[in-house]
Amino acid sequence: MSAAPAPAREPADSFGEAWAALLHESHGGMLAPAVIRRLVNRTTELLREARNGDPFDPRPAEEVGALLVHARYTDPGVLARVVTLFQRQPLDGPRGPALAGAFAAGWAVALREKTLREQESIRLAADSARKGAERALYASEARFRALFESAAIGIGIGDLEGRILEVNPALLELFGARPEDLAGRRVDDLVHPEDTPGVWDAYGELIAGKRDHFQFDKPYYRHDGEVVWTHLTVTLIRDQQQRPQYQVAMLEDITDRYRLQERLRFQATHDELTGLLNRAAFFERLEAVFEAPEPGARFGLCYVDLDGFKVINDSLGHDAGDQLLAAVAARLAAVLTPLGHVVARLGGDEFVVLLENCSGAEEAVAVAETLLEALDGPVVVGDHRLSVGASVGVLERTVATTTPMAAVRAADLTLYRAKEEGRGRWTLFDPRQNARAVNRYAVSVRMPVALDRGEFFIDYQPLCSLADGSLAAVEALVRWRHPQLGVLGPEEFVATAEETGLIIPLGRWVLEQACAQAADWSRRFGAAAPQLNVNLAARQARTAGLVSDVADILASTGLDPGLLQLEITESAVVGRDDESLPALHALVGMGVSLAVDDFGSGWSNLAYLRDLPVSGLKIAGSFVADLHDPEKDEQLGWRIVGAMVSLAHTLGLVVTAEEVESEKHAERLRSMGCDWAQGWYFGRPVRPSEITVRIADGIAQRGYRQ
Amino acid sequence: MTRPQWVPPGTDTEKPNAARVYDYYLGGSHNFAVDRELARRAVELWPELPMIMRANRAFLRRAVHYAAEQGITRFLDIGSGIPTFGAVHEIARETAPGAEVVYVDQDPVAVAHSELLLADDPLSQVVQADLRQPADLLTRPPVAALLDAGEPVAVLLVAVLHFITDAEDPEGIVRQLRAAMPAGSILILSHACLEGRPDQTGPHQDLYARTPTPLTMRSRKRISGLFDGFDLVEPGVVYLPEWQPENPGAVGSHPERFTGMAGVGRLP
Repeated sequence: MSAAPAPAREPADSFGEAWAALLHESHGGMLAPAVIRRLVNRTTELLREARNGDPFDPRPAEEVGALLVHARYTDPGVLARVVTLFQRQPLDGPRGPALAGAFAAGWAVALREKTLREQESIRLAADSARKGAERALYASEARFRALFESAAIGIGIGDLEGRILEVNPALLELFGARPEDLAGRRVDDLVHPEDTPGVWDAYGELIAGKRDHFQFDKPYYRHDGEVVWTHLTVTLIRDQQQRPQYQVAMLEDITDRYRLQERLRFQATHDELTGLLNRAAFFERLEAVFEAPEPGARFGLCYVDLDGFKVINDSLGHDAGDQLLAAVAARLAAVLTPLGHVVARLGGDEFVVLLENCSGAEEAVAVAETLLEALDGPVVVGDHRLSVGASVGVLERTVATTTPMAAVRAADLTLYRAKEEGRGRWTLFDPRQNARAVNRYAVSVRMPVALDRGEFFIDYQPLCSLADGSLAAVEALVRWRHPQLGVLGPEEFVATAEETGLIIPLGRWVLEQACAQAADWSRRFGAAAPQLNVNLAARQARTAGLVSDVADILASTGLDPGLLQLEITESAVVGRDDESLPALHALVGMGVSLAVDDFGSGWSNLAYLRDLPVSGLKIAGSFVADLHDPEKDEQLGWRIVGAMVSLAHTLGLVVTAEEVESEKHAERLRSMGCDWAQGWYFGRPVRPSEITVRIADGIAQRGYRQ
Repeated sequence: MTRPQWVPPGTDTEKPNAARVYDYYLGGSHNFAVDRELARRAVELWPELPMIMRANRAFLRRAVHYAAEQGITRFLDIGSGIPTFGAVHEIARETAPGAEVVYVDQDPVAVAHSELLLADDPLSQVVQADLRQPADLLTRPPVAALLDAGEPVAVLLVAVLHFITDAEDPEGIVRQLRAAMPAGSILILSHACLEGRPDQTGPHQDLYARTPTPLTMRSRKRISGLFDGFDLVEPGVVYLPEWQPENPGAVGSHPERFTGMAGVGRLP
C-alpha cells in the first residue's frame, strides 16, 4: 500500500476508545484495570500492525483474538461485539472485514484450544484423583489383607449357604489343615458332639439375618482328629441395603484354658482321694432333682457310714484309712454307677447314693442291700485283711413332698437310727421318728439366736373361777415363731431349752414380759385384773439368781407380788433337803405364791407336798382328758379327780383343773368343789389384747370398778 | 458415620460438583457434562448467575489485592475449587511477588487439578481437607506452617460458607479459624444471601440440594455476624460489586441483583 495515512482522517482514535471501552466493560471486573489497560495497548498495537502491514498479514489480528481468549473474553457475546465494532468503525477501508474475519478465526482457534486443554487437564485431574483414591483403597485393602493374613486369631469367611470361602493362616493352623483341606467344606460340617446347646440355633438365626453376631465356646475336630476348643465369634456382614451377605467367624484357641477349666471343675466337684463326686457336687445334683420335677417324681437317698472306721484309722494310721476309703469307694462305684446312681463322698467315712429317678422304697432298699453286699468281702490294706461294715439310712420320697435340705437331714437322722439299732444294716426312713428328731435338731440349733432376734412371744390362757365363771388368772405360755417350722408351743422346745440351759435366759425373759403385761392390766383394771401364772422350770428353780431376778422384775415392772403365781412341777422339787427349797421360801416370803403344776403326772410324794410353801395345785390335764376316753372307767376317773380335789382342800390349796373342754365337765368339777378350771371351754391361749378385752367385758358384766 | 482417616474418599464424577460448576460459569472448560447440565439448568432459572459468579471472582481479586497492599504475604484459600483464572497466588504476586498460598478444598478432583497446576510453584501448596472439621484442617502441615509463623494471614472463605449447613455451625467454624489466626490477619468472605432476589433463592437451593454440596443462603445479618471478633474494613458487609469498586460505573444501578454479600475483616 502506497498511500500515506492522513492524520485528519485517522479514525483510530475513536476506534481505540471504543475498543478500550469494550474490553473494560465486557469482563465483569475479573481483571485488574491495569491488566486490561495493558491488554488494550497491546491489542491496539497489533491491530494497527495488521491494518498497516504491506502486504496484508492478518496474523496480528488473529493474535488479538487469541489474547482475548487467554484473558477470558470467552463469552460469544464478546465476539459479536468485536465483529460489529470492526464493521461499524472500519480501521481502514477495505481491510475492515478481513481484520474482523482474522480476529474471529484467531479467537475461535484459541477458544477451541483452551477448551481442549482444559478438558484434558480436568480429565487428568479426575484421573489422578481416582488413581489416588484407588491407591488409598488398595492400601487400605492391603492393610486389611495383612491383618487377615497375620492375625493371631483364626478368621474365616463364609457365604450364607455355609460355604467356607476363605480362611486365614491362623485358622488353618488352628485346624491343623492345609488350604485344600478346607476347600469346599461347609460350616455345617464342623459339628462337634460337645457343641454348646444353642450354638447351631444362633447360627441359623444369624444366617437368616435375625441376629448380627453370637459368641460361644465351641470345640472342633482338628484335621488330625484331635479336639481344639475355641472361643468363637461369628458376625453377619450386610451390604449397604442391609441385606445379609457374608458371615465372618473369628476363632481363638482356648484349648489350654478349657482343659485347665475342666481340671479345675473336676477338682471342684470330685473328691481327691476317691474320685467320687464331692459334697458340693452331690448337693448340686440333689438340688437339680428338685428343679423341675415331673409330677409324682420320686427320688432316693442312701446315707452310708462305715462301721468302726475310726478304730481302723486310729490303729493302722491315716494311710491305711485312706486306702480303705478308696477301696470302699471303688466297690460302691463299681456296683452302683452302672445302675445309673450317683455315688458321692460327703467327707470322712460318709458316703451317699442318690437315686435320681426312683420307682419306690423297694428300689432304694435294694440299692442299700446291694451296697452292703458289695462291702461284704474283706479289703486288703497292706498286710491287713480288713472287714468293713456299714450302716445305711435309706430315704425314699416323692420330690414334691420334701426339700433337698429336709431330705438330707432325714437321711442323716435315719442313718443314726440304723447305727443305734445295731450296725451292718439299713434302716428305712420313718416320718414319725423323724419329726421328733428334726424338732430337737431344729430347735436346739436355732434357739440361741432366736431370743436375740425376738422370735419368742407370749400368749395367755384364762383360768376361770368355777363358781361364777369369772376370769381369775391367766397362764403365760411362751411361743416361738420359728422361721422354718412356724409357731412352736412350749411343749416343742422347752425340754430342749432345759437341756441346753437356754431356759435360764428364756425363763427370765418370759417372766419379765408377762409381769410387765400383768402390771399393765393391774394399773388399768385394778381389782378386776387377773392373777398371773408363770411356769418355772426345774432348772430355773435351782438357779442361784432366781430370787433376785424375780425381785428385780417385780420392782422394775411394778407388779404386785400377790398377783404373781409361779407354777412348779413335782419333779422340780424332789425332797425336803432339795437345794431349791430355800429359794421357794424366799419367793413366798416376798409375797409371790406358788402352785404345783401337772399334779398327778409323776410319782407324787404327798408328804413333801405338805412341806412345800405352795398355795395352789393344778390337776394334770390327763385326768380330765381321760374322762372322755371310752376305754377308761369314767366313774373311777371322777373319783380320782374328786380325791385330788379334797386332798388339795385338806392342805388348804386352791385347786385348778386343766384341759376342761366341755360344759358338762365344768359343771361336774364345780359340783365337786374344784375352784378354778382351765381349758378350751374357758378359752384358748390368746394374744394379750384379747385378754384385755375379756377383762373389760367382765367389768361391764359384773360391775367391777377400778 | 465418619470415615476413618485412612479410608480414602471416593471421586464421584457422576455427580455435579460446585467447584466445576463455578468454573463453567466463569467460562472455563474444567468441567464435565453433569456439571454443565446443572449449570445450564441454573442459568435457565436465573440468567444472571454467570455475572454473579464473575462479580464474586472480581471481589476476590480486589480483596486479595487489598490484602497484599496491606503487606500480607500469606494466604489461606479455603474452598479454592479450580483456581485456573485469577488464582490467589497470581493476584497476590502482582503486588507481593513472594506471596505464599495454601489452597484447601475437599473435592479430590479440584485438589488433583490444583496439584497439577501448581506442581512447579514452590510457594503454593494444596491440601485436601474438610472445612466442616476445622480442627483437622488447621493441623494439616502446610496450613499449620502458614499460621504458626505468627505473621498475619489472609484467610479466604469466598463463596464457601453457604455450602455449610446450619447444623454444621458456620459461625463455630469461623470462630475456630479465627482462634488460629495471628493478630493483624484478614478474613475475606463472600456468601450467597437471601435478600437480593428472594424469588430465586428457593429454586436455586433446590437445585443444589441434589449435589454433594447443598446450598444454604443466609441473611445479611447472619453473614455480618460471621465477622464477629474482626474489625470490618470499609465499606463493611455489602453486595459483591459494592466492595471497594475500582470505578463508580462498576457497581451499576442494581447491586442487589448480585445476591452475594462480601466483606473483609481485620483481626485486631
